[in-house]
Amino acid sequence: MATPAIQPKHAVKSRTSGIKWHKVLSSLMINGVLILICTIWIVPALGILITSFRDSQDIFRTGWWTVFPHQEYVVSGQIHVDPNTDLNGPIAIRGVPGKYTFEQLKEGVTLSDGRKLIWYGNKRTRLIEVSTLQWVGFSTRFTLKNYQDVLSDKTVNYKDANGNNIVRQGDNLSGAFLNSLAVTIPATVIPILIAAFAAFGFAWLKFRGRKFLFSIVVMLLVVPLQIALIPIVQDYTRLDLNGSFLGIWLAHTGFGLPLAVYLLFNYISQLPREILESAYIDGASNFTIFTQLILPLSVPALASFAIFQFMWVWNDYLVALVFLGNHHTVLTVALANMVGEKGQDWHLLTAGAFISMIMPMTVFFALQRYFVRGMTAGSVKG
Amino acid sequence: MESISSQPHKNFSDMISDWLKTAVGRIIASICALLVMVIVLYGGFIFLRDTDLPQPLMIIIAILWGVGGAALDYYLTNFVVEMLPGEWPRRLQPFVFVGPAVFLMAWALAIPTVRTLALSFFDANSINFVGFRNYVFAFTDRIMLEAFRNNLLWLVVGTSFCVSFGLLIAVLANRTRLESLYKSLIFMPQAISFVGAGVIWKFIYAYRGSGTGLPEIGLLNAIVVALGGTAQPWLQLFPWNNLFLIVIFIWMQTGYAMVILSSAIKDVPAELEEAARIDGATEVQVFFHIVIPYIQGTLITVSTTIVIFSLKLFDIVRVMTGGNYGTNVIANEFYLERFTYGQAGRASAIAIVLLILVIPVIVYNLRQFRESKAF
Repeated sequence: MATPAIQPKHAVKSRTSGIKWHKVLSSLMINGVLILICTIWIVPALGILITSFRDSQDIFRTGWWTVFPHQEYVVSGQIHVDPNTDLNGPIAIRGVPGKYTFEQLKEGVTLSDGRKLIWYGNKRTRLIEVSTLQWVGFSTRFTLKNYQDVLSDKTVNYKDANGNNIVRQGDNLSGAFLNSLAVTIPATVIPILIAAFAAFGFAWLKFRGRKFLFSIVVMLLVVPLQIALIPIVQDYTRLDLNGSFLGIWLAHTGFGLPLAVYLLFNYISQLPREILESAYIDGASNFTIFTQLILPLSVPALASFAIFQFMWVWNDYLVALVFLGNHHTVLTVALANMVGEKGQDWHLLTAGAFISMIMPMTVFFALQRYFVRGMTAGSVKG
Repeated sequence: MESISSQPHKNFSDMISDWLKTAVGRIIASICALLVMVIVLYGGFIFLRDTDLPQPLMIIIAILWGVGGAALDYYLTNFVVEMLPGEWPRRLQPFVFVGPAVFLMAWALAIPTVRTLALSFFDANSINFVGFRNYVFAFTDRIMLEAFRNNLLWLVVGTSFCVSFGLLIAVLANRTRLESLYKSLIFMPQAISFVGAGVIWKFIYAYRGSGTGLPEIGLLNAIVVALGGTAQPWLQLFPWNNLFLIVIFIWMQTGYAMVILSSAIKDVPAELEEAARIDGATEVQVFFHIVIPYIQGTLITVSTTIVIFSLKLFDIVRVMTGGNYGTNVIANEFYLERFTYGQAGRASAIAIVLLILVIPVIVYNLRQFRESKAF
């Protein structure tokens, strides 16, 4: 704390301590609100993460939140009702004070000592289950089987809610993962160099139509992709490119270029003029300046774009659905298919969703700063 | 010593450059360079189109072809252009640099816009001219009107919640020590695909049905049941199901608004806020009269971006409901028309409608660009 220039008077002092309390209180409130919001934000993802590791039968029996320690009524014994007892009036039960009707017992009765009585089955069973509140949830069966099943391309089997054994074809998400990589890596790398060349041309070379061409780049930034899909599918039918990796690489390259050129232009045009001018004076050609000076200096901008494009292509569903479909199923398409076909198989769906998230999550947490920078600059992408 | 060892090499390169100075040499070298380029690009194209190699190998070849091909293309065209006489190299070289990108953008986006416009006046198979019939469909059909209504809902509810939540979190987090942790957590859904997010939320909304005696495993229904209500099939509950889908969008896009608005808030000069406080302004007044006007431009940018996202929204609706139960949106209807019903004309008209909806943003962007005086 800095030494105050003027000794504060008593009245001022008490006011500052009031302000201090006020500050602590408001800080607590702010943190409280933020923790609440963050919890709401995290819970959905946490739900599928936990579920993906649970046994398939457990998933259908109880909610994922039951893996956390909590109090629950657990059956601890049974009481047989005397066969001579009339079930139409209040029923006397051995070891239990008071009498309850069948309807009450069917609903469940909580006794003052904490025990809970529930009539088991129909009237003729004459059986009452006694349960007590106990702490449960410390030991849950966790398994990697869901992941094995969903990654496999062979037949897999698991137990459903009723304990029936189900045999079905695996979802082959390992294949889809490789397909996603095969789509994403070239679709990220190829546009970078092309865009960097163009950005340099726009930023540093004077030519006719420069402003006009760049205006078109700016216009294309927000053009919806839907506008391009039908003509390109026509072209691909002619070129026999539908369903091929090459087709989707070219499409993603074309779709990603406006943003890439725009982003890199903003960066490259800000580079200090003196460096380039001295290079020109030394007689370097444009080509040399680009490869020797501009490219190395632009690495941060190139990285930002690369991460942005990587995430965009990896998470893309529409372009993959249109150009690859089920020829080479990528993760998003495979997952969407699973939702359609196996909408209730939560053990497979949650594991699949998590597999599709691993890659972008890793990139995101490792390179968050670059990603945010690229996204901030690319906020106009269509 | 040194000159002797490098002598033959120097002679050889001298010979080449002498030869290149002759007109015939130049023409032959240019043709060879262009031929090499065409062979590499076309050969790679054919090979990659028809190959059945395992993925890792194919990825490597694709990168070599894509990056190497681009590099080679630039190098050789540049080589050819630089051999041209007089003013030509200086005049043509810029096009060597911007040419491939401009070509690809023209092929992938600019020309398709015109082609889609043309297709929108033709029938399902793009053969017969039908005039404005597809637009009549796009603006009057019951399913399209439903899609417009839903998109409007997405636009208004989605955007306002994303921006106000994002702003709230940005302002609050700015006053804590754990700012980056809070922001990371809120931002995290940005890294997930819409399809993945769809699965996450479908699980939240999961419904087993009352009467079956099974416990609800979806969080929302479990909460409702615990509070004494009855479980509901949320995604089939028109009109509320639209809001349940929009919640997913808010969950994903709030982080985006927050990050951008957060950096804008940090740029508000501290002296300005301090001066207002000394004059007796409350925190709320400082926020509405200093911070908000200061970040107005960023607020507009963020809102427009989210508006565009909400207009083009497709994945969530397709995965969650397929557009059924009254949740259809424009982009989903586009997909259905073209790729499910084979109605190329109608789908093109819908795409043009989407384009028209973003034209104000395009004009705004262009005006900003003109004003920025980047050229």
